[in-house]
Amino acid sequence: MASIKEIEGSQEFRNLIRSRWQVAIVLTILQFIAYYGFILMVAYAKPTMAIKIGTVTTLAVIMGMLVIVATFILTLIYVLWANKNYDNNVVDLVKKIQRVG
Amino acid sequence: MQTTVGQPTFLAIIFFLVFISFTLYITYLAAKKTKTTTEFYAAARQITGFQNGVALAGDYMSAASFLGIAGLVALSGFDGMIFATGWLVGWPIMLFLIAEQVRNLGKYTFGDVVAYRLKNRPIRITVASAGIVVVLFYLIPQMVGSGTLIKLLFGFPYETAVMIVGAVMITYVLFGGMIATTWVQIIKAGLLIGGVTIMMIIAMAHFSFNPVKLYSAVAAKYGGAALLPGGLVKNPIDTISLGLALMFGVLGLPHILMRFYTVPDAKEARKSIAWATGCIGYFYLMIPIVGFSSAVLVGREMIAKIDRGGNMAAPLLAEFIGGPAFLGFISAVAFATILAVVAGLTLAGASALAHDLYTNVVKGGKATEAEQVRVARACTLIIGALSILLGIVFKGQNVAFLVGLVFAVACSANFPAIFLSIVWKRLTTPGAIASIVVGAASAIILIILSPTVWVTILKNPKAIFPLANPAIISMPLAFITAYVVSMMAPEKESEEKYDAMRTRTYLGVGAE
Repeated sequence: MASIKEIEGSQEFRNLIRSRWQVAIVLTILQFIAYYGFILMVAYAKPTMAIKIGTVTTLAVIMGMLVIVATFILTLIYVLWANKNYDNNVVDLVKKIQRVG
Repeated sequence: MQTTVGQPTFLAIIFFLVFISFTLYITYLAAKKTKTTTEFYAAARQITGFQNGVALAGDYMSAASFLGIAGLVALSGFDGMIFATGWLVGWPIMLFLIAEQVRNLGKYTFGDVVAYRLKNRPIRITVASAGIVVVLFYLIPQMVGSGTLIKLLFGFPYETAVMIVGAVMITYVLFGGMIATTWVQIIKAGLLIGGVTIMMIIAMAHFSFNPVKLYSAVAAKYGGAALLPGGLVKNPIDTISLGLALMFGVLGLPHILMRFYTVPDAKEARKSIAWATGCIGYFYLMIPIVGFSSAVLVGREMIAKIDRGGNMAAPLLAEFIGGPAFLGFISAVAFATILAVVAGLTLAGASALAHDLYTNVVKGGKATEAEQVRVARACTLIIGALSILLGIVFKGQNVAFLVGLVFAVACSANFPAIFLSIVWKRLTTPGAIASIVVGAASAIILIILSPTVWVTILKNPKAIFPLANPAIISMPLAFITAYVVSMMAPEKESEEKYDAMRTRTYLGVGAE
């Protein structure tokens, strides 16, 4: 049982916010690496991008598609994490507040 | 090859009329359910995460991203793919940094979020102005594009095309509000993704469903360079700056942010981004295949002959592989694409004008439901009429740079204010206002001084600012301004409200 004020100051609530931002920031950095890694390779590693995967398909074309796939996977990772971990903690905390009314 | 592109074919007109009648019927049904502000602005918050995800994709994928990127890939090869990735990467960032919090804190507009703990009147005036600037600047290229495109596809005169688009779009928003707008966006996204999927499958049948055969054909016809980075990334700093604008600009687009209020809670908002990213990502994986197929089957010469920018690469491919019937269908899809985007923009502009400025500033939050809905409809007419007017005034002008400007202003003016109001306790009202003003002004001024405007449009010999997109300067400048101004004079009230706000931000307690 806790009032909104107590929840606001509670360790549990602070931990929830901290873990939310830890996950968010790690994923943001990974998204940056995926996109800017691609852009910087386009700018500075043209010979590498020209490597053929198979007969004609270049690494550049494969990388472009991989950035799109990686973007979707990172989104999914966040959604799965939030649905599983974050939401449960939110429900617990909200229940504590509601019990007080 | 012979083409009927540019002649109003019977089939194209039929598809076009079917789409218009069907969406107007939906608008008629939606109008009956649109009586309150929550219904008008937020579709009564009855949209599911999946539906909203598809609608977000429909709101975001413009004709430029369909016809433009297909054309770029057809004419320049791999370089077009760089654009395709850039348009997608902002979506997860939006999810990680602001989407759920924006959903929990706001009611109808992102102005609600920034004004939550800061001084209502001055913040609303600034935020709404920045929002309206973004909406109008975005409407100009859309309307000009619609006039040019419909002229190319159906052969209507430019002004007639702009007026048809304007009139239909105003009808959707005016009568059906967010409910009709949402369904138009869902139908458009379905048509666009379905249409491009069919086009890709039929095109790939010409290459035995083997991408390697397609790439071999491209390389055989245009040389291996078509599959390699070409001249697009000349200056890496410029590309990084454009990348920043694309990435963080999405987080400041009023019509996108507004869609989060159509779902019941933060969890559904989160799901909607996953669906949107999936739809948009899938679309951008297919578009290069369409572009490359068009280059092989139709040929670059033919594509460039019809439209120098390559915008007709996809319609020409449709005609080549499916005849006039498929061309008519894809033309109608392109038309639906434009309508859905301008409807979303007009609704966002009207809500900034009516909800932020009229209800919250002029009326101090005290207006009856009926009055608010009436004003929202009046503002829809104002923004809609303005967009038709701007579309006609800017006929034949080079307005492509405005899309870059929109993303630069969105990421420099709107995004820092939204983000800091959520995460930074010490943000003050003057800090937020200064940040928005500096972000918007620096983005606009630097674009005017950039090569795209200063040299290409104003015909000066040398650009004063070297980068085509200013985000790498203007966005950090907005953050620094917010920090410096906020630190100069603390705002006690805002800090106190911040602590109380966090249970709503993160738990959704009291969220509307």
